Amino acid sequence: MSDIIQKVKNLSIGFRSKKGEEILILRNISTNIKKGETVGIVGESGSGKSTLALAMMGYVKQGLYTIDGECLFESSNLLKKNNRELEKIRGRKIAMIPQNAGQSLTPNLKIGYQIDEALRLHTNLKNIDRDKRISELLKKVRLPSPETIALRYPHELSGGQQQRVAVAMALAGNPELLLLDEPTTGLDVTTQAHVLELLNFIAKDTGTSMVYVSHDLGAIAQVSDRIIVMYSGEIVLEGPSRSILKKPIHPYTYGLLKSIPKLSLAGLPDSMPGSQPQPGSILKGCSFFSRCNIGEDKCKNNSPELEYISDLKTSVRCFNYKSLKNKDDISSSISRNEAIINEKEILNLTNVSISYAKQKLIDQIFNKTVDTNPTVKDINININKGETIALVGESGSGKSTILKSIAGLLKTKDGKIRFEKDRDLSSNLKQRKPNDLRAIQLIFQNPDESLNPNHNVEEILSQPLKLYFGLSGKELNKNIIELLEKVRLGEFYMSRYPRQLSGGEKQRVAVARAFAAKPDIILCDEVTSALDVSVQAAVLNLLQKLKDDFGTTYIFVSHDLAVVRAISDRVAVLYQGRLCEIGPSKNVYQFPSHPYTEVLLGAVLEPDPDIKPKLVAEDIVEEKPPEQGCSFQGRCSRILGEKCKKETPPWQITKSGNAIKCHINVNDLEKLQS
Amino acid sequence: MLFLIIKRILLGFITLFIVSLITFVGTEVLPGDACTTYLEREAYGAALEACYKRLGLDIPAYERYLSWAYNVIQGDFGYSLSGQMPINEVLGPRIKNSMVLASAAIIIGIPLALILGIITALWRDKLPDLAISTITIFAMTIPEFISATLLILIVAIWLQWLPGIVIVPTDVTFFELLPNIILPVIAIAMIMTAHMARMVRSSVIQVMASDYIQMAILKGVPYWKMVFKHVLPNALLPAINVVALTIAWLLGGVVVTEVVFNYPGLGRLVIESISNRDLPTVQALAIILASIYVSINLIADLLTLALNPRLKSLQIRK
Repeated sequence: MSDIIQKVKNLSIGFRSKKGEEILILRNISTNIKKGETVGIVGESGSGKSTLALAMMGYVKQGLYTIDGECLFESSNLLKKNNRELEKIRGRKIAMIPQNAGQSLTPNLKIGYQIDEALRLHTNLKNIDRDKRISELLKKVRLPSPETIALRYPHELSGGQQQRVAVAMALAGNPELLLLDEPTTGLDVTTQAHVLELLNFIAKDTGTSMVYVSHDLGAIAQVSDRIIVMYSGEIVLEGPSRSILKKPIHPYTYGLLKSIPKLSLAGLPDSMPGSQPQPGSILKGCSFFSRCNIGEDKCKNNSPELEYISDLKTSVRCFNYKSLKNKDDISSSISRNEAIINEKEILNLTNVSISYAKQKLIDQIFNKTVDTNPTVKDINININKGETIALVGESGSGKSTILKSIAGLLKTKDGKIRFEKDRDLSSNLKQRKPNDLRAIQLIFQNPDESLNPNHNVEEILSQPLKLYFGLSGKELNKNIIELLEKVRLGEFYMSRYPRQLSGGEKQRVAVARAFAAKPDIILCDEVTSALDVSVQAAVLNLLQKLKDDFGTTYIFVSHDLAVVRAISDRVAVLYQGRLCEIGPSKNVYQFPSHPYTEVLLGAVLEPDPDIKPKLVAEDIVEEKPPEQGCSFQGRCSRILGEKCKKETPPWQITKSGNAIKCHINVNDLEKLQS
Repeated sequence: MLFLIIKRILLGFITLFIVSLITFVGTEVLPGDACTTYLEREAYGAALEACYKRLGLDIPAYERYLSWAYNVIQGDFGYSLSGQMPINEVLGPRIKNSMVLASAAIIIGIPLALILGIITALWRDKLPDLAISTITIFAMTIPEFISATLLILIVAIWLQWLPGIVIVPTDVTFFELLPNIILPVIAIAMIMTAHMARMVRSSVIQVMASDYIQMAILKGVPYWKMVFKHVLPNALLPAINVVALTIAWLLGGVVVTEVVFNYPGLGRLVIESISNRDLPTVQALAIILASIYVSINLIADLLTLALNPRLKSLQIRK
């Protein structure tokens, strides 16, 4: 079997708990990586996928140790090798592309030096040849002007560029196997699509085997030939990517695929109940049993073995997989109640501009405005009571800035924010009345950081109740329990601290805290982007349910167009702090659309190997919005010329009824995009 | 960059001005003055008047402040009452002595702290770390007056190897001073080294746990190369400011140690002039100590800025 490059045999890795018990992170993993193939390893956080990838380099994180099994590379066990021997393999034969390139490049060393270091360690090139090779590598990962990039420090590059540098560094030693640990997580959608395309190109061009680790089935679908699905430290499904994605015969994969919101589908994704068992929890029977909807008595006490199904070329760990074999409706969703939008306006933004530039003392004295080109400019949006409006855009699009201004955390520079027609919210927090403060609540992206780790759930939820309604004693207690029930958490959660909750439970507490104030508007800032997909689906469903019950208005900020599609009634697309397009969400997903919306829609990754992203524009990062003309002129592939650079584009209404800010006539745009 | 330096220097001068104002007002508000202290029981009538006249205490306070400040800018701190000579002459040898003590402690203490800190971090939770960490924690917790007294007891009285207290004129040459400073330097270096070694240790450990170090390992960089190229430059940057504060603390006179060893440095001068109510000297010392802190911190900040590429480009972009 010469075409196998890495063989993992019965691998178990774990750690010893404080009580001295052995706790397993990986349980008896066996798999092979073949020459030239790309294998995707997918699973939610805590499934052990990164630990497995690192073990393939002979690296076991501090605190963990190998309990059993081996990782064979060139027929020797990497896990038994000493550091000296591993140094000759790492970077030369097996290379790693890390998750967060920004943090994985040493901050005090120049890009060129860091690539040169890899070349010096792993090749015999002479000085001049190495310089040439650095340029070649940087060119290969399609970085502009390689000579100047080599002289920069990591922090001087954008996220996408840093990731490309990491790819170049990994390629320096001409490795036979590339391990990629969530290489596109944290990048903007368009950048992610570009990086994936680059990786596909490199895989073909160099014939390198790749192991691609990700929680994102959309990304995995684009690159892999074969997929391994992990759950709770075990392989539960393994096979050719097409059959895994189209006919998932394990209930976990089936549920996972159903919980991903899809562009082509309106409505909310199905959620999976429960969460992955904690490592070390006593497992009798199938580890997925508690969340499985096709489980039987047998599954409770006996753990299934990995079974090879020859007609699908797939291995599955399930007693009951046959019941899924003929089911093929993964593309379904829960229909969402159309919002009852009464035409009552609740929030109005008129000509809002927001600037981060600080007025200097001298300018204040002469009352001079310095910033003629503010971060956010000319935002006009009416929000009706009971609707969900989404603000969409990449990082730097100003979507969170607008949210902060509505919340009162940032002062507007110009324009008015009016709440219920007559209450002015343009001022900052200190000048707002308590009732206006109560009416608008925020839910943050990362519940780990937005919940005070020293307060238990009871204290967290009692604060808004005490502050806004002056509740105490029994009544306070009753209200807290009601809130917890609303977000489907039991009364016993009251005494828990955030660290004792899972990611999804934490976000539920954060949602409950926002609802405690009985708000009219809830601002959701990327509320699901830190969560696993199955949890994301559950939170989206919860938000929708609460909205149906209370008629709350949501302003939903997200970079994920599919999530937005699932939850929102109306979408506003932003680029560089300027509005590009606004309209009912079902229209935004139809052409014609603003060229920027087109770029965003093209870059969405669907968990389907047959739908490839369309890369319409370059993923350049612009630091500042242009002084005049269209905000998207720098990246637009359909640019008309001087007109787009000089004149601010007009608003046009399309057939389907959404407004587009573009110089190109809507009819021409439709022809161009069809 | 240049703009930043100018701005920081200006801020430094403003700090010094405020310090001078506070010390001046402070000495004014306190009951009694230089003359009543100096003349003691004879502080009345004509003698007091004459003293006021001689020291210029009969003119309004703000005028005195202005003329004092004018002289200070020209480098003249006035006349020491207890020393009966110009303050500049009192200060000169004291500053020199403090510098000698501080430099010796710095030359020994800082490299030692760095080495110990790095060793304990790299061998974390192993024998070298456990041994050194126990000692450093011990050294940190013993106050200097106890360690200094113990040193005198053991080395000077029992073993009689070195002089226990420094009985030399303030203006001795460097080589005459040298045997006298060994014990004070040990006493200071012990506590200073311990503090800094702990700081360096935690900083190195933090960097070792970072993503880029894991990446360097996975890139196949040999261990010691990784330590010197990837770990230390990043780990020692935050140490610069701590080192700066330590140096400022040393130069400003380590009061307790100087008093225990009877060492003629700035620290002891502070105590002496306060107990003698030698107000002009106290004012001069306040200004000098403040300028030491201001300038050393400025140097440290500029050094961090120069060594940290991240901060440098941030400043340029602004």
